[in-house]
This record gives sequence, C-alpha cells and structure tokens, in this order.
Amino acid sequence: MAHPRSRLAPDATIELAHGSGGKAMRTLIEEVFVSAFDNPDLAALEDQALLGMVELAAQGDRLAFTTDTYVVDPLFFPGGDIGTLAVAGTVNDLAVGGARPLYLSCSVVLEEGLSVQTLRRVVESMRRTALAAGVRIVTGDTKVVERGSADKLFINTAGIGVVPRGVSISQANARPGDVIIVNGRLGDHGTAVLIARNQLALQSDVESDCQPLNGLVAAMLAVCPGIHCLRDATRGGVATVLNEFAQASHIGIRIRESAVPLREEVKGACEILGLDPLYLANEGKLVAVVPPWAAAGVLAAMRSHPAGEHAAIIGEVSEEPAGTVIMDSVFGGQRVVDMLVGEQLPRIC
Amino acid sequence: MKYMDEFRDPSKARSLAREIRALVGRIPRARQRPLQIMEVCGGHTHSIFRYGIQQLLPDEVEFIHGPGCPVCVLPMGRVDDCVALARRPEVIFTTFGDAMRVPGSKMSLLKAKADGADVRMVYSPLDALQIARAHPDREVIFFGLGFETTMPSTAMTVLEARRAGIGNFTLFCNHITIIPTIKAILDSPDMHLDGFLGPGHVSMVIGTRPYGFIAQHYHKPITVAGFEPLDVLQSVWMVLRQIAEGRCEVENQYGRIVPEQGNAQALGAIREVFELREFFEWRGLGSIDHSGVRLRAAYAEFDAERRFPVPNLKIADPRACQCGEVLKGVIKPRDCKVFGTACTPQMPLGSLMVSSEGACAAYYNYGRIHGASA
Repeated sequence: MAHPRSRLAPDATIELAHGSGGKAMRTLIEEVFVSAFDNPDLAALEDQALLGMVELAAQGDRLAFTTDTYVVDPLFFPGGDIGTLAVAGTVNDLAVGGARPLYLSCSVVLEEGLSVQTLRRVVESMRRTALAAGVRIVTGDTKVVERGSADKLFINTAGIGVVPRGVSISQANARPGDVIIVNGRLGDHGTAVLIARNQLALQSDVESDCQPLNGLVAAMLAVCPGIHCLRDATRGGVATVLNEFAQASHIGIRIRESAVPLREEVKGACEILGLDPLYLANEGKLVAVVPPWAAAGVLAAMRSHPAGEHAAIIGEVSEEPAGTVIMDSVFGGQRVVDMLVGEQLPRIC
Repeated sequence: MKYMDEFRDPSKARSLAREIRALVGRIPRARQRPLQIMEVCGGHTHSIFRYGIQQLLPDEVEFIHGPGCPVCVLPMGRVDDCVALARRPEVIFTTFGDAMRVPGSKMSLLKAKADGADVRMVYSPLDALQIARAHPDREVIFFGLGFETTMPSTAMTVLEARRAGIGNFTLFCNHITIIPTIKAILDSPDMHLDGFLGPGHVSMVIGTRPYGFIAQHYHKPITVAGFEPLDVLQSVWMVLRQIAEGRCEVENQYGRIVPEQGNAQALGAIREVFELREFFEWRGLGSIDHSGVRLRAAYAEFDAERRFPVPNLKIADPRACQCGEVLKGVIKPRDCKVFGTACTPQMPLGSLMVSSEGACAAYYNYGRIHGASA
C-alpha cells in the first residue's frame, strides 16, 4: 500500500496520543481506517452513519442487529487473522438469521506499543473481507490503553442487515423429521489456532475456515425460504449449536459420526490431544435444519457454492429424547453429545 | 488415521459381539448374576463411552469402571495443596489441562487462576522446564500426576533439570502406582469382580509380569488391552474365554505396543528418581499403602514438597458420596444416594462426577439415552 503525504512513519507504533482525540488520532483514523474502508459514510467523519430507511425497507420487513467482540491469540494464524474474523463473524451472525448483511461498525482497542504496520495488516484483512461479503464499514471508534491493559488489539464490530419478508429462522423451529446439514469440514479454525499457538510441537497445513457465509445462506434461502434453523458453529462447535437447537425446539437430534466431514489432519490432532472435533471452533461453518422435502435441494445448492463444497447431511431431528443430541458412533454404539461444562481441556492419558 | 480406522470396523465389531454372546452362553454363573469386568484405566472408560461399547455386549456382561482416571482419584486435600502453591507470588504453577477443573475443598486451579494465581497449562513436563528456563527469576512448579504412563516423562524431566543445572524448577509429585491399587480393590470384602482389562499404556512401561498375582493369588483372569474399540471388544472376549475355560492367566491383547518385560529405559528413570511413599490418599478409596511415589532424597532440590510449605491437610470426601463402592463395582452409579441430584457434572460432589472419564459422569449422560426411550 502506498501512503502519499503520510504523516505516520512506516515503523510507527501506537502511542496513547493516538487515542487522545487530537491530531494524532485524526491522522491514525484517516490514514489507516478511512483510507482502507473507503466509503463516503465513513469519510464524512461524523459521529454517526446515516442509513436511508427507504432503501432498507425495500429489501425486507425487519432489521437484524448484532454485535460481537474479537480477541484472539495469536492475531495472525494460517487462513486468517483477527480482522478477517471481526468482519466474517459479525456478517455470519446476521446471515444465519436470514438477513442480508449491509453495514458494519468497527471499534478497536489498541495496546500502547502495537506497531502501526500490524494494525494496517489487520485493517487490510477487514477491508478485503468486507468487500467479499458486500458490506460497508460505516462508523467506528478508536481507543488506546496503556501497555499491559489489553493484549495488542481487540476489535468490536456491530452489524445491521435486512431480513426479507417471509423468512423466519429460529433455533426454536426444528421439527421431527427435519434434516441436519453442515456446510463442510469441521474444526479447522480451532485446530489452526491451537497449532499456531505453537505449544504443541505439531505441524500441519490446516488453515482456519474463516469466511463470510452470507452468499451461501442467500443461495440456500433461494431454494428453500422456509429453512427452520440456521446457526454458525463458532465457539463450542457444532455440538453446542445442536444442543441449543434441541433445547430450544424441544426435540431430539440424532447424528451419525460416519457422516461428519473432517479433515484427516484435524482427526489426527484430536486423537493426539484427546479433543472432540464436534466441540472445536469454526469460523466459516454453519448448521442448518431444513424440512425433509427440501433437504436434497438445499444440499445441492450448498455444494455448488464455494463455501459449501463439502456440505453434508449429518443427521435428523426426532421427537425423543427431547433436548438431547445423540450420536451413532462409527462403531455401532451410541453416545450423548452434551454441552461442555467449561472449556475443552486436553486429557492426560 | 487409516491405520486407526481398521480398529474401528463396525462389521468386525458385530462378529466379535456375536462371539461374545456365544461365549457367555457357555458360562453357567452368568445366568445368576452379570459377569463384572473391571477396566482399570480411564482411557478404556473413555473408549467404552465414546463408542458405545457397552451396548454391543449382552446384558450378562457389565463393565465396572475402575480407579484409573488420575484426575478422578485426586483427593481434595492435594488440590488444596496445589492452590496454596500456585498462589505464592514467586510461583508459576504448571499443570496438564484436565487437572485444572478438579474441585478442591474451596476452589479449583481454574478458579485460583481467575483470582490471580499464575497457573499455566502445559502439554508435557518438558514445557514446564522450558518455562523455568525462560523465567529464571520465578519458581516453576510442575504438577506431576498420573500412573506409570506419565511417570517416565516426569522422571526424565527431573533428570534433565539436574543435567542442565536448572535451579528454579520443582515437581509437586502426585504420581500413583497401579498395582497396590488393584490389590486394594481385590482385598475388599464386598468385591465381586470376575476379571480385568489391564491398562495398556501403563503396561507399555511396566510390562505384563507385575499382574501375575491377580491370576495366581486372586484367581482372576486379566487381559492387557488396547484402546481402540475393537481392542476393547477383543479383550473382553479373551477374558470371557478364560472364564469359560476355567483359566486364570495374564494375557496380552495389546502385544503391538506392550512388551512382556516393559520398557527398561523408562523403568530405569523411574527407579532413579522416585521411591514409594508409605501410603497415598485416594479420592473414594481412602489411604492405600505404597500406592504413591515421591522424589528420592538425592533429588530433594527438585521436590516442591521439600522446598515450599505445603498445607498437606487431609480433607474427607463428602459423606454422602459412595464413590468407593462404585469404584469397586459394589453399586452402580445410579444407586448412589446423591447421583444426579446433589451430584451432577455441573456441580460434582464426588470424584467420579468430575472428569468425563469418571463412571458417574459417563452414566449420567448414558442414562439419558435410555431413560428417554424406556
């Protein structure tokens, strides 16, 4: 990136002055954020973005509004970084409500001493991901805290989208007979971050699956506007999402271990560490519950979209046992796939 | 992974299950009460529940989930000691991940960490040694835990610390040893076990000979078993075959990993560094003679118990808990007075509800499948 007339030195680091409200902050905002996100709403540098209601109303009958804060260690990992996450995560939270994501905010908390170079890399990822998702980052905020008061960089994004008339997706909508579909291989993000932390002396080519899913969801809704449940399987993984569906809809869920799509590397890492891939975090995977008559069509639509190439049906909804997820093991037995009590911790033996 | 999939083949499982049913038909005592086979190791318990192996077996064969989950048998007093050590300002307390959630009488290590103690999760004792090298101004304590499986790596780490002259690394030793524990269970008067699945990983270190007394003195068959689901099923079949043929022997199903004489190098390191304690306190089972190890006097400089004050208070198990009876197979988890009421995986009272490998936690989940379909 070239920065003509730049007043920020290439090797600059973040100082408390960059959050003080004065000239230094203005320079940082203009040269790092406004120039990258490049849109008239943001460039106006008002305290708020104004969104036209007529334009919004033309696209649907409800607004979807969500917010999420992103903290990840390390900031950069194979397949993405905190910037990719901050845009894709919020876009996905809107998309799985059936909404067309339109606008995002971007608030950052910077630790004194962070290199501006690092910040630029993250902002560039945000720009690229927003472009891919077709959303605009229209408002934001910058705070700087003393060294040690935060870990390098935290990002909050809030998002607004519009839900088309007739679309009604909720975790409480699953019905007996419905089919459970995931859009690809599970656990890539959790595995990539675990390995990037470099505590394991493991090496692999696994990359985070971090990606916006609004295009995929639009393709799914085009063939079946009556999708019952949809949720992105981030922290807590697919197991947690399925339990949330089972409890909110008062139904049972039965999945088949042999049908769950997994990379060999992810399987291997889980075997070594005693982790269960169903609980590993994803950043570009969703779980859909669709009526049985629509399942084949939705699956085909997913597989013809780049974000759903490896989509698979992994199970069905049953009446009983309500509130419970059961998995038929590859071995012919069964087990309950429960909510985790806390964080998943590696077993020692 | 391809290699592993062969040990998970459902069609082979079905034919083994048929063979097991046929064998059970030849054992008259199975008609009076179910045959009880104890899997000693928590790794086996994990496989049994993960793959639903119990459901493939006839009603006449029951697994009794033994004491082999090191996290489950850790007494509250020892967790309190960990917390006390971890809260010392100069200390970085390093531990395996799954030990962090075990409740002490007041808190777990996870809670101590949240309250400001410097507790760090490691994947190997060598990671702890690395932290000690990186922080020469701090005292790094490694929480050594587990049976003979994890003992060699701890011993090697202590040897390495001595070789490299690292003065700020110590071990809080809670390693336990399997043989006296099996003996304590066999000596208990209310025990009805019919046979054992021997622990695969422990046996990789100690070999199969130390189990001889189980067959010779107690007349119980034992098969050292691997951890893949077909390993477990085949080992059950081998134990039942011994019962059907009236034999009591030590058999080795896990020959691809477990040599009869064990691993001389690992045993050498253990003997060099550790000695038996007079007794060690277990959750659920009480005090068992010679069931724990500590560092030898020659390695005192690496012993956290000698270098730091450790409260070492004995905290009694909650009175309502019947963990001991469950561990010995005298009662089923669901027969315990507090099972699923005062004691749940979210709020565990007893040790067996703490880890997902604990018998009660596993039953709590498994029961939900059948409770609902009945």
